[in-house]
Amino acid sequence: MEWEAVIGLEIHAQLATKTKIFSGASTAFGAQANTQACAIDLALPGTLPVFNKQALEMAVMFGTAIDAEIGKTSVFDRKNYFYPDSPKGYQTSQLFYPIVGQGELDINLQDGSTKRIGVTRAHLEEDAGKSLHEKFADMSGIDLNRAGTPLLEIVSDPDMRSAEEAVAYAKKIHSIVTSIGICDGNMAEGSFRVDCNVSVRYKGESEFGNRTETKNINSFRFIEKAIKGEIIRQIEILEDGGSITQETRLYDAEKDETRSMRSKEEANDYRYFPCPDLLPIVIEDEYIEKIRNNLPELPDARKQRFIEQYQLSNNDAATLSSNKDLAAYYENVAQDCNDNKLAANWMLGEFSKVLNQHDLSIEQSPVDAQGFALLLKRIKDDTISASGAKKVFEAMWNNEGNADQIIEAKGLKQVSDTGAIEAIVSEVIAKSDKQVQQYIAAEPEKRGKMLGFFMGQIMKASGGKANPGQVQSVLKPMLDAMCD
Amino acid sequence: MFSKTIAQLSQGLQNGDFSSREITQEYLNRIASVDGQFNSYISITADQAMAQAETADQMIASGKAAPMTGVPIAHKDIFCTKGVRTSAGSKMLDNFISPYNATIIEKFNAIGSVSLGKTNMDEFAMGSSNENSYYGPAINPWGENRVPGGSSGGSAVAVAAQLAAGATGTDTGGSIRQPCALTNLSGIKPTYGRVSRFGMIAFASSLDQAGPMTKTAEDAAMMLNVMAGFDPKDSTSAEKPTSDYTASLNQPLKGLKIGLPKEFFSEDLNPQIAAKIQAALKEYQALGAELKEISLPNTALSIPAYYIIAPAEASSNLSRFDGVKFGHRCENPQNIEDMYKRSRGEGFGHEVKRRILVGTYALSEGFYDAYYKKAQQIRRLIQQDYINALEEVDVIMGPTTPQPAFKIGEKTSDPIDMYMEDIYTLSLNLAGLPGMSIPCGQADDLPIGLQIIGNYFAEERLLNVAHMFQQATDWHKTTAPGL
Amino acid sequence: MSLDNTDVEKIAHLARVDIEPKDTPEYLKNITSILDLVDQMQSVNTEGVDPLSHPLDAVQRLRADDVTESNQRELLQTVAPAVEEGLFLVPKVID
Repeated sequence: MEWEAVIGLEIHAQLATKTKIFSGASTAFGAQANTQACAIDLALPGTLPVFNKQALEMAVMFGTAIDAEIGKTSVFDRKNYFYPDSPKGYQTSQLFYPIVGQGELDINLQDGSTKRIGVTRAHLEEDAGKSLHEKFADMSGIDLNRAGTPLLEIVSDPDMRSAEEAVAYAKKIHSIVTSIGICDGNMAEGSFRVDCNVSVRYKGESEFGNRTETKNINSFRFIEKAIKGEIIRQIEILEDGGSITQETRLYDAEKDETRSMRSKEEANDYRYFPCPDLLPIVIEDEYIEKIRNNLPELPDARKQRFIEQYQLSNNDAATLSSNKDLAAYYENVAQDCNDNKLAANWMLGEFSKVLNQHDLSIEQSPVDAQGFALLLKRIKDDTISASGAKKVFEAMWNNEGNADQIIEAKGLKQVSDTGAIEAIVSEVIAKSDKQVQQYIAAEPEKRGKMLGFFMGQIMKASGGKANPGQVQSVLKPMLDAMCD
Repeated sequence: MFSKTIAQLSQGLQNGDFSSREITQEYLNRIASVDGQFNSYISITADQAMAQAETADQMIASGKAAPMTGVPIAHKDIFCTKGVRTSAGSKMLDNFISPYNATIIEKFNAIGSVSLGKTNMDEFAMGSSNENSYYGPAINPWGENRVPGGSSGGSAVAVAAQLAAGATGTDTGGSIRQPCALTNLSGIKPTYGRVSRFGMIAFASSLDQAGPMTKTAEDAAMMLNVMAGFDPKDSTSAEKPTSDYTASLNQPLKGLKIGLPKEFFSEDLNPQIAAKIQAALKEYQALGAELKEISLPNTALSIPAYYIIAPAEASSNLSRFDGVKFGHRCENPQNIEDMYKRSRGEGFGHEVKRRILVGTYALSEGFYDAYYKKAQQIRRLIQQDYINALEEVDVIMGPTTPQPAFKIGEKTSDPIDMYMEDIYTLSLNLAGLPGMSIPCGQADDLPIGLQIIGNYFAEERLLNVAHMFQQATDWHKTTAPGL
Repeated sequence: MSLDNTDVEKIAHLARVDIEPKDTPEYLKNITSILDLVDQMQSVNTEGVDPLSHPLDAVQRLRADDVTESNQRELLQTVAPAVEEGLFLVPKVID
């Protein structure tokens, strides 16, 4: 019998509001501990919550983006539990009447196919603070700056069957929330956190197996690793005749394994009830439609537009449109350099490679779209060769100046002067008697492959500056003339 | 001087008969000499009071005074007051110097009224006798060893014993009206949402409401003028504009329709109280009102519904007292769980713990529907009874309490016995309606309260109905023996 | 529903309230009598009755997303039991 994994994700997206969900304290990241925790965030006796308009609007934006039912009356409930980073002793959340109901979206898989995944619901809630365990010997330090930051918890249906699908789904949600501007998507800072519910069963079974929940994973790579590892762990236990304990687990990136969270083992009884300090949120159809009509372009629509407007392949369009900033960067570069294909190739190739090497996102790139476009223009107008361009790009990355300055400074300008090129080609041919004889002796259809040697030598002799196209147009006729 | 009403003090201040500093000093002197026997204050803020009086005198001199400017009052120790200990009557907050002001404190500060101190109360407003205070019971000036009622017992005693011209209170199930009835005061619990709850330490959020406790209905109107109004910091605050509650105090009552719920006049009611209520109703008839028997059939259910809803909300509201950010923390906690349990075990008194446990149980898995949801459904039935009744009548009257002030210790052994004290007052909080208690006589030399219930936001009408009675009778002028 | 001492201990744990073992029977007695009182409700038919959470039929008001709070850490931590380097200190929490 074949095993099948059943995966559902709960994604916590921090909403990109300026202030907390229930107080006027700033949500800016990176402030000194507890300097953005006001009396309300600290749950001082007598303080009361007032709901942030922007958080509501952002939640409704998400709902309309995935064509979900919108809760016209949604209600905040209290989830009661004691933990030092939960200052009120309860988390204000939405259990019974969430703001966003059932919706769905399509994920793009690597084989080019798509799969429809259901979104059960999305509800508003407040984030907790942070506990710092390493700073003091026997004590934990509590920083409540993050407490009260608005979160949208997006709960999927258990529709995914592999780690690849789960990652594609998480990326799609990431792409949507960043495209409509409701979340900065910064996973390293915890703005986008993923809990993975994983169970396994025999293929064809309709019942679900016992599931585990692996919490707070903050990179797509870790989602994939954690799920893959968890699937293997569960299958091994079941094949050994064991059973899966329903529990919360933590992914340890360093050891690349999940482990049980002992502190959460105790069965919780959250005693949910409607929060008496907040009233029902009631919204009108008009409000929803206005938001729907003003929604920024969604990733799917953008991908379609990229295919049509820039004549990109399905896969290239999917990648370039998936991230709002990447898409905007691409559009700027493509329009500026006036070569859609060249822009796409470079961005998906060298540029992505370097970004990944430095673990940077597009908006952190030291090279801006305009500067990058200039580089591509210089490739296009034959000022530099592709290999020269890589050198220029590397220098641009290190802030050594713009493309023109670097080309100038490093003397990377291609030699396109026919006379100069002919001179170099003649010189190389003269020095390569053996290879020339082989060329002459070869069957005419095999001679093409032999050009590589000469090209290499010529480029070397020119210090990489010879325009390869021009070299080719000079080299082959010269050699062929010697064969006659 | 100490027998003067707020209205009289206000007049005297405006006329320049005395300064705020003079009367504030006199009140402080009196508190210092006699509050030892009443225990009405938890904290006396003499320095701040004198500074406020000085500001008030300047405001009066420069013609910027409001009616309450310079009048020395007291605040229940449930309202957060910046720089002043705000204890809620609990050991848990014995060390809590509030870093901010409640909205109503801000409002009184803004018009230059003087706060003499913070008054005693049942811990976290849970109680009907003030015996649940960490600071010991407040003593009713009307009888040796008599409770003043609760939870706003200290406020009631401060006003009744002439240790403040008026005081603020809060009412979750009767905590303004019942102590007013037991100490011969006039007090109003406004419509839920009329007075901001911001900075008022929560007991049960959907029931709590602040209001004034004073010698007369007119004084209550003057204080409510300061307290009432929309507050953007409280999501449950009503956006409806307020009236000038003193504007129609003297409106004649001819044609006023008074509803008398038969459930409030059952055989259980103390006969002496029944007689005094009947006499008061006769007085109203003489003023031109008409009486009509009505029914509030679900009245008896208000006790069970209340004793689920209030503890449930309280169990959650009181979770923030965990020893992390403020309040009591136990010595040498072994671990985080130990810290929670001992800090809360030591910081809370028995009644508070009892209600936390009941509320926790009522909300726990498997019991939510049978308890909490059921209670909220019954709450709607109770509200509907009132809505129906108030379509036929303008106000509803009855007793405030089933009996006059009882003895200290008399009901402490059985919590249920104590809960029954609130039988006539609880249902109003469940429905969110405004209600008053005013003096209407005595039984065995102990005061009796007449309860007047009105429609949503009908505070102006209630105060008018109470004031006209006080124009025709002298019950409210009677002071405790020995004053 | 009848409770016993173990139930009281469980509820006390859920509520994180330390109750001295000698007091448990008294709490049990009190809570039981409260629950008996409350059980009156069960005789009422409330089918189809909408639970009432708020006495006023009002809806949630919305606050503009403007920063209105400035850093008050020093003031707000004056009431904290234990603070170091701006952090609230608690006994070590183990995840």
